[in-house]
Amino acid sequence: MGTQTSYPLDVGSIRADFPILDRQIGGDIENAGAGSDGDTPLVYLDNAATSQTPKAVVESLVEYYYEYNANVHRGIHHLSQEASVAYEDAHDRVAEFIGAAGREEIIFTKNTTESMNLVAYAWGLQELGPGDTVVLSEMEHHASLVTWQQIAKRTGAEIEYIRVDEAGYLDMEHADELIDDSTAMVSVVHISNTLGTVTPVETLADMVHAHDGYLFVDGAQSAPTQPVDVEAMDTDFFAFSGHKMCGPTGIGVLYGKESILSSMQPYLYGGEMIRSVTYEDSSWEELPWKFEAGTPVIAQAIGLHAAIDYLEDIGMDAVRTHEAELASYAYEELSQFEDIEVYGPPGTDRGGLVAFNLEGVHAHDLSTILNDYGVAIRAGDHCTQPLHDKLGVPASTRASFYIYNTREEVDALVDAVDGARQLFR
Amino acid sequence: MGLGSDMYRQQILDHYKNPRNKGKIPDPDFTHIGENPSCGDRVEININLSEDEETIEQVAFSGDGCAISQAAASMLSKELRGMTLSELEEMGTDDITEMLGVEISPMRIKCAVLARQVAQDGAAIYQGELDADTPTNV
Repeated sequence: MGTQTSYPLDVGSIRADFPILDRQIGGDIENAGAGSDGDTPLVYLDNAATSQTPKAVVESLVEYYYEYNANVHRGIHHLSQEASVAYEDAHDRVAEFIGAAGREEIIFTKNTTESMNLVAYAWGLQELGPGDTVVLSEMEHHASLVTWQQIAKRTGAEIEYIRVDEAGYLDMEHADELIDDSTAMVSVVHISNTLGTVTPVETLADMVHAHDGYLFVDGAQSAPTQPVDVEAMDTDFFAFSGHKMCGPTGIGVLYGKESILSSMQPYLYGGEMIRSVTYEDSSWEELPWKFEAGTPVIAQAIGLHAAIDYLEDIGMDAVRTHEAELASYAYEELSQFEDIEVYGPPGTDRGGLVAFNLEGVHAHDLSTILNDYGVAIRAGDHCTQPLHDKLGVPASTRASFYIYNTREEVDALVDAVDGARQLFR
Repeated sequence: MGLGSDMYRQQILDHYKNPRNKGKIPDPDFTHIGENPSCGDRVEININLSEDEETIEQVAFSGDGCAISQAAASMLSKELRGMTLSELEEMGTDDITEMLGVEISPMRIKCAVLARQVAQDGAAIYQGELDADTPTNV
C-alpha cells in the first residue's frame, strides 16, 4: 500500500460512477462494543454474485420511465414506438457485444438460469432420450447441473461429468473420452464461479461438433469480465446475466445459433410470441420474439444496453486485464499464509475471483467477521455443492473483483482475515 | 469490535474449541440429526431419559459446521440435562439467544437454533408426535 499503483483502467474515475461505493457499513473495528456499526468504508468484493450499477445505467432506467415508458410491439402510439425501437436496439447491441450475427440470435430472459432452462425444456425435452448423453463439467453451477439432471431424469438421457484435476483445470483427455456419438449436448461453465478456472470452450466445440452434438456455454462469469465472441468460439448456445455486468437485475441473455433456434419449439406461450391465433391453433412470431412471451423485460433491456455501452467505453480487454491482475494479486497474498487454502489455478489465466478457506474458521463465521471490517464477500457453496464435496469442504469464502476494485481493497481483505484469525486463535 | 464479531465472545469460542458432551451415547433413548443447509451445519443429538421417561438425564451431540451452530449445540447439551421433555418443547428462540449471551444477527439465527430444533424434533418423534423419518432442516 502507499506506492503508486497503475491499473489497466482508470479506477479512480470509474469509482466516481458508483455512488454505492461511498457507503459505510460493518462495525467499528477500532472501538469495542455494540452500537458501533455503520462507520467502516465498504469494500465490495462480491461481484461474482452481483455487480454494482453505475449512474449511466440507473439514468437510462429513469429516462425510460420518465420519458417513454410503454408496452412494446402493440401500441401504434408514439411512446410505444420509442419503447419498441429501444427494446429492439438492445437486442442488436447485445448481438454486437458478443459477436452474434444479429437480433434473431438474442433472446432476453430473466437470468442465466432461465436461459439454461429455456434450452433444457425447449430443446432437451424434445430431443433427448435413452442412449443420449449430456456432458457437464464437475465445476458446473447448479443452474446447469440441476437443470440437466432433471431433464435427464425425465427423458432417460444420461449425465456424464468431465473431471476437474488437482490444479483445478478441466481434464481435456477425459473430455475427449466422454464426448462421443452418444453426446447430444456438452454444457459447461466458461469461467468457474468457484475455482476461477477458464474452460477451453473452443476445443470442446470442436470435440462435440465432430460428433454432431451441441455446445452450451454458461457465460455468467465470462461475459462481464472478458471479450466474448460466440462465432469465434463456435458455441451453439451462450448465456449470461445483466446484473453481473453493471446492468439491472431481471434480465438474462440466451444466444443461440439461428438455425437451431428456428427448429426449436417455444418455451413459454402467450402474447407477444404469436403470429396468428384461432380457437383451434396458433403460429409463432419470428426469432427472437418467438421465445419472449408476454410483456418482456423492457426497462431491463434498456439498462443492459447502457451497461454494455459503459463497459465497452472502458474496453473489455482492459476489464479482463484488471480482473486477472487483482485475482492474481489476491491469490498470491492469501497463499502466503499456511492456514489459508486457496482453490483453483494460480496465475493470471483465471477469472476475477478467489475462493479460499481459513483453517479452523467456518466460511460463515469468517464472512460475519469480515463484515465488521466492511468487507463484503460470499460465503457458502456458491451453488457448486458437488464441487465443494469434491474439494472436501462444506463451504468456502469467495472474494470476487470488478472494474472499481483496487489492490488496497485486497489488502483490506487480507487484514480482515487476519482479524478473524486473531479472534479464533 | 463490531456487532458481528460480538457474536464470537469468549464463551462461544470456548464452546466451539472445547465442545462439552461431544460424542455419542451408545443405545440412547432417542437420537436425531438435523441440518442447516445454508451453512452446511450438521448436528446430531443423543438423549437418555431418567426412569420417569420425562426428565433428560444424559445428552451427547456430534456434528460439524460454523462456530455458532457448534457452540450452541455444546451449550444446549449442558442446559438440557435435568430438563423435562415438555420444558424442552417450550424452548423458544429467545431462550437460545439468552443461553448464548450474545445478539445473533438475522442471517445467522438458523445456526443458533439448529441444535434446539434437532432436540425438539427428536423428542417429538420419541413421543410419537412426529413421523420417525421427519427431516429437521432449519
